[in-house]
Amino acid sequence: MAAVLSAPSPSPLAETLPEDVVLRADDLHTHFIVGERAAKSVDGVTLTVRRGQTLAVVGESGSGKSVTSLSIMRLLAYPGRIVSGRILYRLRDGTVVDLASLPEKRMRAIRGKEIAMIFQEPMTSLNPLFTVGDQIMEMIRLHEPVSRQEARQRARRMLELVEIPAAEKRLDQYPHEMSGGMRQRVMIALALSCNPALLIADEPTTALDVTIQAQILDLMRRLQRDIGMSILFITHNLGVVAEIAHEVAVMYAGRVVEQAPVGALFARPRHPYTKGLLACIPNPERDRTADGKRLMLKPIPGNVPSVLALPPGCTYAPRCPLAEPRCEREAPGLVPAGPGHLSRCFRHELL
Amino acid sequence: MSQTQSPAAGDDVLLSVRNLSKHFPTANGVVKAVEDVSFDVRRGHIVGIVGESGSGKTTAGRCILRLVEPSEGEAIFDGVDLFKLSQKALRAYRRRMQIIFQDPYSSLNPRMRVGDIIGEAIDTHRLAKGAARQARIAELLTRVGLSPEHARRYPHEFSGGQRQRIGIARALAVEPELIVADEPVSALDVSVQAQVLNLVQELQKELGLTMLFISHDLTVVEYLCDDIVVLYLGRVMEQGPAREVYANPRHPYTRALLSTAPIPDPTVRRERVILQGDIPSPLDPPSGCVFRTRCPFAIDACATTVPPRETVSPGHTVACIRQAELASLDIRKVSA
Repeated sequence: MAAVLSAPSPSPLAETLPEDVVLRADDLHTHFIVGERAAKSVDGVTLTVRRGQTLAVVGESGSGKSVTSLSIMRLLAYPGRIVSGRILYRLRDGTVVDLASLPEKRMRAIRGKEIAMIFQEPMTSLNPLFTVGDQIMEMIRLHEPVSRQEARQRARRMLELVEIPAAEKRLDQYPHEMSGGMRQRVMIALALSCNPALLIADEPTTALDVTIQAQILDLMRRLQRDIGMSILFITHNLGVVAEIAHEVAVMYAGRVVEQAPVGALFARPRHPYTKGLLACIPNPERDRTADGKRLMLKPIPGNVPSVLALPPGCTYAPRCPLAEPRCEREAPGLVPAGPGHLSRCFRHELL
Repeated sequence: MSQTQSPAAGDDVLLSVRNLSKHFPTANGVVKAVEDVSFDVRRGHIVGIVGESGSGKTTAGRCILRLVEPSEGEAIFDGVDLFKLSQKALRAYRRRMQIIFQDPYSSLNPRMRVGDIIGEAIDTHRLAKGAARQARIAELLTRVGLSPEHARRYPHEFSGGQRQRIGIARALAVEPELIVADEPVSALDVSVQAQVLNLVQELQKELGLTMLFISHDLTVVEYLCDDIVVLYLGRVMEQGPAREVYANPRHPYTRALLSTAPIPDPTVRRERVILQGDIPSPLDPPSGCVFRTRCPFAIDACATTVPPRETVSPGHTVACIRQAELASLDIRKVSA
C-alpha cells in the first residue's frame, strides 16, 4: 500500500495548495439523498488546515461539522455522499490528492497513516472484545510490516506517550476496565500509532468532566508541539476553541460562515452568527451590573433551519439582526474581511 | 463529622438541608453517593450545586424531593422535615416542589400529547377541570414561549429547546415554590441555552420561585446562581455566596475547577491547575479528605482527618485543613 502512495504521480493539484497548507476543502457539498429529497448537511464548506496548527470547527447541532469530518475521511454512511467540491490533501511525500474523488483503495492507505480520527465517545469507538494492546497492535501491523513483538513494544510506547501510567499492564486491559479519560487517551494513542500528519478530533472532550477535559486538551497541545501534527478539532464549545485553536472555522447550516485566526475571531467576529453565538454564553463581567444584578442574555431568536428546507440566500438571514432584502435572495460568498479573515456576509463591515 | 453548622436560619430560608447522606448498597460494597451534605436555600434565591460525574449532585437533588429515599439527614422545607413525612403526607408537599430534568427527550412521554403531559400534573393535584383545565394549559404554554395550539401535538414534533420549555410548563403547572433543575440546559445548543436561561430567570422573578440549580457548567452557575455548593465524591468541598466563591475560591478543588473551566476568550492568561489522575471510585473513596489523592497540596494529615467545615467569610465555608495557610497562595491568577 505504501507503494501506491509513493508512486510518482504528476500532481497538477499541488499548485493550488500553498506550501503551508495540509488540507483544504473547497466548496464541499455532502448530501443525504433519499428519493426526491436531499438533506444538504454540508452545503458549500470551504476551510483550510495549516501545517502544525489546529483548526477548530465550531458549530451547533446540525451545522454539518461532523459530516464535514466524515467526508474528509470518506466514512460517510449510505445515503450520504459527496456531490461536489474538492478536498485537497498534501501527502507526506508532497503530492497533493483530492480526497473527494480518490479511489477507495487509496483512501484505505490514507486513513490511519496520513489522517487519523478520534471521536466523542471512546467507548463506542473501541472494540469491547479486544484488549487495548491488541487494538493498537492491529493498527500498527495493518500499515507497517512489523512483528507482533515489535508492534507490542510500539503500542506500549504509544501508551506512555499519552501519559497512561503502568502502560505495560494497561496493554492487557479491556476498554471497560478504564475510565472515560483513560479511554480517550487510548483512542489518541491508537490514532497516533502510525504517526499521522493530520488528526481529526470530533468533540474529543465533550463527554469528559472538566478536570479530565483539561488533561486531554493539555495532552493534545503537548503532542502537537512534540510531533508537529496538524489538528482539525470539531467542537460546539467556544471555551474549548479559545484554549486549543490557532484558527477557527464557524459553521452554520452546512456552511462555513467565518474563518479567522482565533484572536481575531473572538476580538472582532465578522459574521453576525459568530457575534450572536458569543453573546449567548454567559459572561459575568458583561452580564452583571457593578452591584451584581443579572442582566438578561441576548439569545439568537428562532431555530437552526432544517437541512431539508434551507432558506434561499443567506441561511442565517431569518435570524439575523442585520439582514436586508438582498440577504434573503442572494447567497453571500466567503469574502476577505481582514488579515486571514473570511466572512460569508454581505454586511460584515457593519460589525 | 456531623458537626451541624448553625444555619443562618431565618424566615427567609425555604429549604434547609442538614447532614444529608445517601448510601447505595451494591454487590461490591456500599457507595456513599452523598455524605453529610448541608446547605440552605433562601426563598427566591437560586442555589447552584456543581460537581463532576459521581459528585452526588443529582442524587442530592433527588433525595430532597424524595424521588430517591435518603439514608440520613433532614430536609426542612418551610418548617417541616420532608424526610419524616409518610408517603401520603408527602403528597401535599410534592405540589410545592417540582423537578426539571436534563434530557428533554427521555423525560416526556412520547405517547402523550403535550396538553396531557401538562394536564396530568393538574389532574394529580386536582387543581382544575374541564374548560378551566384547558385554559390553564394554554396559559402555561404561552408563559413558557410556546402557543396554546401546541397542546395537541406530541413531544417528537418539538426541538430540544421547545421540549425543555414543555418540561418547565409541566413543573409550573402545580404552582410550586421550589424547583430542582437538574442540568436543565446541558443538552441544549448554546443559542437555545441562552433562550432557556432567560426564561428561567423571568419565571423566577415573576413567580418568586426558589431554585436548586444542578450543573457541571461553571460559567452558567456563576451567571445564574446566588449561592453555590461545590461537591466532590459526595462531599461538600466549599460553599457560599456565588460571587464570593468565584472571586475568592479557597478550596484547592474549587480553585482547580475554576482555573481549568474553558473561558471563551483566547486573551485570558491564567495559571492552570491541571489535576492529575481520575476521580476515585465512590466504592472505595480515599480516607480523610476525599480530594487528597488529586490535591496538589495534600499532606499526610489529609489522609487521617475528615476536614471540618471552616467559615472563612460570612456564609462562605471551606472543608480543607490547609485552607488558612493556602489562602495567600494565589493559584488562580487571572489577568487579561
